[in-house]
Amino acid sequence: MKKKKNTQTILLVIFFSVLALITLLPLLLLFVSSFRPGAELIRYGLNFNIDFANANIDTYRLLFSGQNNYFIWYKNSLVITVVQVFLALLLSAFVGYGFAMYDFKFKNLIFAGVLIVMMIPTEVIILPLYQLIIKLGIMDNMWGIMLPYLVIPMLIFFFRQYLSGIPRDFLDAARVDGCSEYGIFARIMVPLMKPSFAAMGIYQGMQSWNNFLWPMIVIRSQEKITLPVGLQSLLSPYGNNYDILIAGSCFAIVPILILFICFQSYFIEGMTAGGVKG
Amino acid sequence: MKKKGVFSRFLYSQKVAPYVFVLPFVLTFLIFFAYPVISTIYMSFCKVSGGETVFIGLKNYKTLTNPVFIKALKNSMFYMVVTCAIMIPIPMILATMLNSRHMKGKGFYRSVMFIPALTSVVVAGIVFRLMFGEVSGSFMNQILGLFGHDPLVWLRRPFTVWIVLFALCIWRWTGVNMMYYLSGLQQIPKDLYESADIDGAGRFQQFRYITLPLLKPTTIYVLTISIFGGLAMFTESYLIFNGNNSPNNVGTTIVGYLYRVGLQQNNIGIGSAIGVVLLIIVLLLNVIQLALNGTFKKGE
Repeated sequence: MKKKKNTQTILLVIFFSVLALITLLPLLLLFVSSFRPGAELIRYGLNFNIDFANANIDTYRLLFSGQNNYFIWYKNSLVITVVQVFLALLLSAFVGYGFAMYDFKFKNLIFAGVLIVMMIPTEVIILPLYQLIIKLGIMDNMWGIMLPYLVIPMLIFFFRQYLSGIPRDFLDAARVDGCSEYGIFARIMVPLMKPSFAAMGIYQGMQSWNNFLWPMIVIRSQEKITLPVGLQSLLSPYGNNYDILIAGSCFAIVPILILFICFQSYFIEGMTAGGVKG
Repeated sequence: MKKKGVFSRFLYSQKVAPYVFVLPFVLTFLIFFAYPVISTIYMSFCKVSGGETVFIGLKNYKTLTNPVFIKALKNSMFYMVVTCAIMIPIPMILATMLNSRHMKGKGFYRSVMFIPALTSVVVAGIVFRLMFGEVSGSFMNQILGLFGHDPLVWLRRPFTVWIVLFALCIWRWTGVNMMYYLSGLQQIPKDLYESADIDGAGRFQQFRYITLPLLKPTTIYVLTISIFGGLAMFTESYLIFNGNNSPNNVGTTIVGYLYRVGLQQNNIGIGSAIGVVLLIIVLLLNVIQLALNGTFKKGE
């Protein structure tokens, strides 16, 4: 009996090891290729045939040389991600708190609005949204990317769920102590919500950092585009595009991987948040 | 205590505060959702050129009976159906296997499988485009070579294009969907399996009669995100084909066509009609799903 269990364990471990290897393969391929000149990639294709004698870090040297827009795009993406995550967390938590802690007229109607926005893919309205952004005069501006997406239904839903576990008597106690309605939110609730901020910050951070279609529509100037849009523009095999493309793709993943290794549980919670009580 | 003004007292009252709390959402909803939805429906019946909007009835919708849009519709539907068919059973079975009490190092494998989800669609698309490149030295053609097969022009043929798109989807989402199922599995009480063991139920019977039904909420959630993610697919196709034009429209999706007509050709009227078609499909699917889940059932 014991022996049978051991073989099962071994088979399972082998199976998942192979699966893990296949999973990592595309990223390994990208990483290995970043030590080859881009011209070689265009001629021979992306593969593992690496000539160790000629492997070098020229592509990274080029990346950091400052003779291209890569770090401008990187900075743009970083700024947008940080600002959008901060504002989206704050505003969505504010709204989620309102839904969780109060009973008021039209509450269900308004909450139905949250669910409707969650149900409909935003791609349906990109055209009118694009026209609206033009009318508001925030085309080619990072606020054009962010403004429509600062109050996020998914986050509202999550925060409301998170806060529904906190008894409302708690609020009455604070009120008796002379705390205003907004003071309760700022001074008592925000500290209590820290773990959910971490998970939702990662959720929203991934969304903002990886967003592609909408930033591509809003931004026109080369020096204002975000990293994903910039990387995509390098896909045409001219000049040293591929050198920057491959090394730049690697460098775009590395910080996220490091963050993932440090804050794994938050990542997993944040990126699978919808499924918990879906 | 400071003396507050009338307005401030109004704003701070317990009656008004909830409305202040939900105000950011209400404003965003009205300006950036409700207004665009209404205006896209209106524009879909109009010819929009320059600053002028002229009502032209159903003309835009009639234009949509063209072969390219039909192809885009079929492509999106096909992508959605197949991703649902793949991305539910495989992650479910993998999660069950990983969750087995005989498995060692669960946490490690779970994390490794999750890593693809951390890469953006753009980086993933770049790698897959190059991996499936048409030169004989590209990674996938080398693999074919090992089996004695000639190199393929992956991104130009209708059939192989789908292999690339599904490979990308499987690679990026298996780990995430598996995670949903793992958390679903953890909510199933262990003693259910123990009593099934005592009753002599086999491994397969346990899966069929305990695991599967109790994972239903997870499956419904994964199905929902797969349906809407699949229908609205755009970026994957844009990256794999390096732009919005795939040869013979083999990879054109509904959103891809909307982007092409509405933004690249600046035909807002027809573009809006495409958006409305997508909206109707989404709403229909929502109603069907709610009906199947029994949301409309009375007395519950």
